[in-house]
Amino acid sequence: MFLQQLLNGLTAGAVYALIALGYTMIYGILGLINFAQGEIYMCGAFVTVLLLGTGQVNFFVAFAAGMAAAALLGVALERVAFRPLRGFHPLVPLISAIGASIFLQSLALLLFGPNDRPFPIQFNFSTITIAGLPLSSLQGAILAAALGFMALLVVFVRYTRYGKAIVACALDRDTARLMGVNVDRMVALTFFIGSALSGAAGIMMAIYYNATYPRMGLLPGLKAFSAAILGGVGSIPGAILGGLLLGVAESLGAAYVSSGYKDAIAFAILILVLLFRPQGILKGRGD
Amino acid sequence: MLTLKSVQAGYGRLTVLKGISLHVRPGEVVTLIGGNGAGKSTTLRAISGLLPPARGVVEFNGADLTRLPPERIVALGLALVPEGRRVFASLSVTANLELGAFHRQDQKQVRRDLEEIRERFPLLKERASQAAGTLSGGEQQILAICRALMSRPRLLMLDEPSMGLAPRMVSRVYQILRELKDEGTTLLLIEQNARAALKLADRGYVLETGRIILDGSAAELRDDPEVQRAYLGKGYREVWE
Repeated sequence: MFLQQLLNGLTAGAVYALIALGYTMIYGILGLINFAQGEIYMCGAFVTVLLLGTGQVNFFVAFAAGMAAAALLGVALERVAFRPLRGFHPLVPLISAIGASIFLQSLALLLFGPNDRPFPIQFNFSTITIAGLPLSSLQGAILAAALGFMALLVVFVRYTRYGKAIVACALDRDTARLMGVNVDRMVALTFFIGSALSGAAGIMMAIYYNATYPRMGLLPGLKAFSAAILGGVGSIPGAILGGLLLGVAESLGAAYVSSGYKDAIAFAILILVLLFRPQGILKGRGD
Repeated sequence: MLTLKSVQAGYGRLTVLKGISLHVRPGEVVTLIGGNGAGKSTTLRAISGLLPPARGVVEFNGADLTRLPPERIVALGLALVPEGRRVFASLSVTANLELGAFHRQDQKQVRRDLEEIRERFPLLKERASQAAGTLSGGEQQILAICRALMSRPRLLMLDEPSMGLAPRMVSRVYQILRELKDEGTTLLLIEQNARAALKLADRGYVLETGRIILDGSAAELRDDPEVQRAYLGKGYREVWE
């Protein structure tokens, strides 16, 4: 039971971590919380579900297309909702982000209606028992894919030219420009990558819960925001750690306290962190 | 090589540079001296594109820099070692050096330059994977200079390279600058430490409240009574009497 809950928590947590990475990377480079991250997650899920619904598209192609659509939406959002507001008081882009979030949710409602859509294809996921622990291969696949995406991101940031340039922009924008780094392009790249990860998270949850709907991004978005704060917003390892911890805490809380409080647990953690360790577990900007 | 014609720049309504004209010829070491708030750093910010001039023209090898962003200016061969070193503290020493060459496309040559610079400054090799923020101030200054050199500049600008360093490190930094000069690197150097700067430089300009009040060869400036009194700390007795 405990191990099963731990595994459930890690699966949800890995998905929160993917979204939290988007929050944290964008915060790192712009000092801005993009509250429309949940809608980007929803966009990824919808594009994949609609493409698969046509019956003509291979699963992996649809998955990649969902991520790409989410990434492009993120880049477009930065262009329209954030870039014109650079240099304003930080509350201004924050309001713009909330506006974008409401707009995208309403647009999805208008286009796709309020109903849940099931995931169009069925997977033959089995449950295997390892050492008395029932492991669903769906959870295993989600966990593996999410960890794989995170590993890719860490490698990108640590070892590639553009990854280092993004970190440089987050640390010291003027000096990065003196090195020949085009900050606008790095901001766009950050939105691209962060949004692609959120899109992937959305698709995985659409499979996991077998439901895609316009408001699906609301709760995971807020929880991932809590996870980013918990880990230390601006820190990439912090977002991963925060996501996993939050997922596990939520799942164990639901099992041992009351499942009715499942969603409250994430936000209780957020409040406690803000009260007692506002810089998060791993403090950081751009590392 | 570099020419400024009546450049005005400032922050908001505050005009810091009230019309600066100066030039740097290839192979020259030129220094800009002046007190706090004279506009020395602002001049370099205006040249490097961080603070686009409100009026006037900045030309570099025939190209008009006045409206170009910094990332384009560095690609033309004009590098700035900023005030306070500004190394990327949480990135490794090597990553800092690599970022210096960010605009370059010739990756093979960048590798070779990196090797060369590490041979020359073994410190950068020994500390290659260490975070730049853990270096001492003097070491960070050397790293900041090398990072700028990685862009293969035709003109290297330095903003107060001796600021906040221990005396031993100041002489080390100036020894490096002298080596660069002997190799024919063109330098534009800003200093409050006028003594060190005038020793190294061929020519100099004296900046006061946003205007150039004096210019000449380094020797002329060293011998100028006004410069001696105001910037070299000589002649207090005469003033007192």
